[in-house]
Amino acid sequence: MKKIIPVLKVAPIIRNVKNRTIVISEKTLEKTRYFNDFMTETANFFLFISHTFKATFSRDFEFREFFRQCFQIGYKSLPLVSITGFIVGLVLTIQTRPTLVNFGADSMLPGMVAISLIREMGPVIIALICAGKIGSGMGAELGSMKVTEQIDAMEVSSANPMRFLVVTRVLAATLMIPVLVLYADFLGILGSWAGANIKGDVSFSLFFSQAFGKIDYIDFIPAFIKTIFFGAVIGIVGCYKGFTAGRGTESVGIAANTAVVLASLLVIILDLIAAQITDMI
Amino acid sequence: MNENQIIEVKNLKKGFGSQKVINNVSLQLFKGENLVVLGKSGSGKSVLIKCIVRLLTPDEGEINVLGEDMGSLNRDALGEMRRKIGFLFQSGALYDSMTVKQNLEFPLRRMKKNLTTKDIDKKIDEALEHVGLKDALNKMPSQLSGGMRKRISLARTIVADPSIILYDEPTTGLDPATSDEISVLINDIQKKYKTSSMIITHDIECARATANRLIMLHEGEIYMEGDLEKFEKSTDTLIESFFKNNNNKNT
Repeated sequence: MKKIIPVLKVAPIIRNVKNRTIVISEKTLEKTRYFNDFMTETANFFLFISHTFKATFSRDFEFREFFRQCFQIGYKSLPLVSITGFIVGLVLTIQTRPTLVNFGADSMLPGMVAISLIREMGPVIIALICAGKIGSGMGAELGSMKVTEQIDAMEVSSANPMRFLVVTRVLAATLMIPVLVLYADFLGILGSWAGANIKGDVSFSLFFSQAFGKIDYIDFIPAFIKTIFFGAVIGIVGCYKGFTAGRGTESVGIAANTAVVLASLLVIILDLIAAQITDMI
Repeated sequence: MNENQIIEVKNLKKGFGSQKVINNVSLQLFKGENLVVLGKSGSGKSVLIKCIVRLLTPDEGEINVLGEDMGSLNRDALGEMRRKIGFLFQSGALYDSMTVKQNLEFPLRRMKKNLTTKDIDKKIDEALEHVGLKDALNKMPSQLSGGMRKRISLARTIVADPSIILYDEPTTGLDPATSDEISVLINDIQKKYKTSSMIITHDIECARATANRLIMLHEGEIYMEGDLEKFEKSTDTLIESFFKNNNNKNT
């Protein structure tokens, strides 16, 4: 894959600008370098996305690897997602119940928990959990493949590593993370029912009918769409960081770490954008 | 380009930042020969063969493989060309997440798409038998020793019947006995598959066992070229330091 290499070079001293000598301090130069590096990294990231798109629509899709990745990302994340989803619903109920009881609005509990889980808590928390688990896994796996020349070996085997390694992972994450979020939402409502029954006695069918009765398409559809973007971002950041890892073993750790940090940050930023768009609808 | 020239490198230059790694190297690989490229670590040997298969893009110069200019090939044509070139990586580069069988299947399924599963299994069996590791078929790379990994890697290189093989430090990190076995395998492959090979090494014993012709790279330039006898008889300090040090180790 072609990479943009920083070309901006700033001389320490620029002379004779309008007959005056301007001296640029080392500190300013350092800031310029940071900015230069940031812009280069951003350009490389977008270049990587464009290569991924191009490879996605090329012939010879790697179905076998795609299903393997779906299994790795989806099935193997189930225990973590199940526990997280259930506990989030449970804690949300335990925390909000006393306030609702004070206002005499405890009958609103199932609907409130369901809406907050489906609209915000479920997608964001599960996406952040997946950014940690899946993003770091991809960063570390592809990073170590780069260090041990496995990506180069694929390249010389006439295989397209972008198609085999990146496209399959990004598509699997894009497909599986929304499914995991839906599953976690359901378990969250189940956890909420369990929480409601700690200090009360609510039947399963009543709680669920009240919870789902309050949910509208406008709660569900934008939240589902944003999880698709969360999945794509987690996949693409994990792959980008792994694919562009340096040559030493230290760079594998750095790739995994920066994949988690960047994917989490982008999930939060995307969530903000999604909230603004939903608000306008 | 001469009919017998399989690879022709002309005035190759490659650097990383301000560091020049290869400086104006020109060489040829002829049909059916084993060309050994010797040199100290950091002399640009691995960079040279990575430029040949275009894993690295040269800064200047021309590389012709089987009459085709590698620099002008598009992605599809480059893929076609790489089907004719086998590359043995220094680290073996076996795919960690795949079994030995899947490692060998990977290039076959992509390079020879008309093969049936039965044909693929047969070719894998043959390649593994050739390197003497038929039993390792369902093992994971993590279950193999260094020498076994190198042999499996060699099997993966030959499984798609390449006409050119580039070996990047084939004996590095191996004990002397296993190194000798790998050198014997390289010669067997040359005879059986009629391949033309470029062997990058700093292991003199491997060079002695496999070379038809040698080139010494030093600081990114060709320092000496010739047959083994010329190198053995050389009184040049650098060449002597390579050959004599190794002789001393052996005695």
